[in-house]
Amino acid sequence: MASDGGVSCLRRPEMINVGGIGGMESPPLDVDEVHVLAVDDSLVDRIFIERLLRITSCKVTAVDSGWRALEFLGIDNEKASAELDESSSFRQVPVVIMSSENVITRIDRCLEEGAEDFLLKPVKLADVKRLRNYLSRDVKLSNGNKRKLPEDSVSVNTSPPLTLSPDSSDSSPPPLLLSSDSSDASSPPLSPVESLSSPLSFPLDDEDDDVSTESSPTPEESPVRRQKMRSPSLD
Amino acid sequence: MDTLVAQLQRQFRDYTISLYHQGFLDDQFTELKKLQDECSPDFVAEVVSLFFEDCEKLIGNMARALDQTGNVDFNLVGSSVHQLKGSSSSVGAKRVKGLCVTFKECCDSQNFEGCVRCLQQVDIEYKSLKAKLQDLFSLEQQIVQAGGRIPQVDI
Repeated sequence: MASDGGVSCLRRPEMINVGGIGGMESPPLDVDEVHVLAVDDSLVDRIFIERLLRITSCKVTAVDSGWRALEFLGIDNEKASAELDESSSFRQVPVVIMSSENVITRIDRCLEEGAEDFLLKPVKLADVKRLRNYLSRDVKLSNGNKRKLPEDSVSVNTSPPLTLSPDSSDSSPPPLLLSSDSSDASSPPLSPVESLSSPLSFPLDDEDDDVSTESSPTPEESPVRRQKMRSPSLD
Repeated sequence: MDTLVAQLQRQFRDYTISLYHQGFLDDQFTELKKLQDECSPDFVAEVVSLFFEDCEKLIGNMARALDQTGNVDFNLVGSSVHQLKGSSSSVGAKRVKGLCVTFKECCDSQNFEGCVRCLQQVDIEYKSLKAKLQDLFSLEQQIVQAGGRIPQVDI
């Protein structure tokens, strides 16, 4: 059941702030910024995560369902798996799952399906900062040296999202997909993860323009390991 | 002798602390406050306002579903409870969230009377929180109008 309070960010990309919440629009991206596509069917959670991400210098697009996320990325739902196999740029979009359910088996499944990380809701500023830190670090690692990324690797298509398509040579998909698994009968929670991250090997290619978070965090940094150490009865 | 600002600030501090100690708010509300700054000075009030609208809408959905005597769709009720639990959790509405946990259990066990009771309690609880937060925001406004700064309250 999609939230009918959902803001259709697709229609009015400049109106990502609902009712002015969150302050001004995002300034143009720096070379170190990432663009996050946040998916959550709860309006409150969308506003909240959007603010968290803005504060940590991310450009954010927030949508209310997995289907809208695919739409934003220019992926036709029905042909999703075929298009994704052909388009290597989407294979590199890291996916982070947000959920209030602290169930190890579920978390493990998300990771096995290719999710980069798992955030337990309610999400805290520290969680997003940590995510942001290792995203930046990995961006530098994936380029092999500490030079800044070439401008076009993080330039986000500033034309309205409706015109974004994987075929356009000027467009880059958002470097990070942040997806909530809020229960939504019409949209199986894991399908956006499955469709976007099913290939488990991400080719590391210096020529590739897209941000890749290929390196996995070391064990002591692993947020998921910390997650697993929390008591399962936590609610 | 205490200035007006000092008095208001003390009231604000005491009231904030009491809301946490009485379990109306939890540290997620503190997280919300971290996201407020000069660029978004009303962020907390606006999110909280959206949350209360959400409460009203979801409670309406649940009431309608429970009204279908003999044909109650507990999955539908449960789904609304899940959403309410999520958003209350995100804003730090501790008591509302706690009630949602119980409510969800009633839905899962298809306990009609339990659900009706929980619905009534959730309704009372969110309205109570709404009134208290309105008082809190009003104190903030008074402090600012009197020329003072809103104190940082460490719980």
